[in-house]
Amino acid sequence: MRETEVLIIGGGPAGLCAAVSALESGASVTILERNRRLGGQLVKQTHMFFGSKEQYASFRGIDIPAILLEKLEKYGDKLRVETDCTALGIYEDGVVTALFGEERYVKYLPKAIVVATGASEKALAFENNDLPGIYGAGAVQTLMNVYGVKPGNKVLMVGAGNIGLIVSYQLMQAGVEVVAVLDAAPKIGGYCVHASKIRRAGVPILVSHTVTRALGDKTLEGAIVCEMDEKFNVIEGTEKRYDCDVMCISVGLTPLTELLGMAGCEMKYVPELSGIVPARNKAYMTSRDGIFVAGDVSGIEEASAAMVEGYLAGLHCAAYAGYKSENFAQKVEDLEGQLAKLRGGPSGAHILRGIQKNVKED
Amino acid sequence: MKDDNVIICRCSDVTLKDIRDLIDQGYNTFDEIKRITRIGMGACQGKTCTQLVLREIATRTGKPIESLKPQTSRPTAVGVKLGVIAKGDCDDEK
Repeated sequence: MRETEVLIIGGGPAGLCAAVSALESGASVTILERNRRLGGQLVKQTHMFFGSKEQYASFRGIDIPAILLEKLEKYGDKLRVETDCTALGIYEDGVVTALFGEERYVKYLPKAIVVATGASEKALAFENNDLPGIYGAGAVQTLMNVYGVKPGNKVLMVGAGNIGLIVSYQLMQAGVEVVAVLDAAPKIGGYCVHASKIRRAGVPILVSHTVTRALGDKTLEGAIVCEMDEKFNVIEGTEKRYDCDVMCISVGLTPLTELLGMAGCEMKYVPELSGIVPARNKAYMTSRDGIFVAGDVSGIEEASAAMVEGYLAGLHCAAYAGYKSENFAQKVEDLEGQLAKLRGGPSGAHILRGIQKNVKED
Repeated sequence: MKDDNVIICRCSDVTLKDIRDLIDQGYNTFDEIKRITRIGMGACQGKTCTQLVLREIATRTGKPIESLKPQTSRPTAVGVKLGVIAKGDCDDEK
């Protein structure tokens, strides 16, 4: 059994920032990261970030992990980072089990835990949706930007949120043709600046459209796309065929909360937060004492918000473990102010409605 | 849409038609559907199917999706060889 004061599950933007503030508060920290590399989804985000300078606006996502790791370096032995290490379960007695590689099973007994496991991609139901060539858009982004693998030659992008738009543009930069971007909603969900880049290159963005059937024998050869009415029902007679060998599904993310569910945390379906999320208090603690959350695991938002939530959860978690930071109240107030600013726009208002349903007054 | 060719669960090869038929027979909770089809019990532990199944139950029964009980998650989060667990805690640092 390994003992650690603060155990952070997930080394993405939220987890790394939680580590920074827990260490700054004086706690010893262990980070468990299932991938070989820290950074979570940042490792493939070659686009520049928006927002404010505290969250690295105008930096590219891929450059942010190095900045956070530099902040962590000075803590030496107080920090342990375990990569290629998957947390398997959180048990009633507070023990966390983890799998190193595929062969080593290790138990931890932390004083407090931050679960920062992020999200997974949502699936879509349509005919022949299991044909090879149909991917999650995030998976294609990983293939291209992390492993340098071109996924195919002609892509149909299903979903015009930021991920769909950004991955479409990055596919075009990699020399892949994007035949169309479609979205069931009557409006483009992502930022206008991303949509404009694609439209200027001549790619159609079809709103109120969905894919009803994938075509192909052994692998994807094309897709049937239909128009939808305002109640999201397919309008008969609007079928169009697009030839493509790759289809990217980008219909949103959903919180990856299984560890919290098995830990017995109170869970709730909150549509504004994109799925089943843990109930929490204002200090980012779930219904189970000592288990905290930060980032997409408690509601889908952007990396910038995940980082601020990480700093906050790290402060609260360290305080719970007996290391209350100097100027604690001041730091919390400052970070909460940054979050309020990030959530100032219309998509922020949507998130805030979700948080209101889910966050308990202490 | 032809629903016998729409895959809801890739791990156990369960189609939309399977789900709809079960709901129409009265199996209208995730747990009941899981017990019959093994949906949610495969390698992905419900990451693909959970929301698709809940939405289908909500549409067909008229109950709001917020009121439906998702599946119970249990350790372990990913597949682990039994031998690895049998060997126990391999904290080689002590």
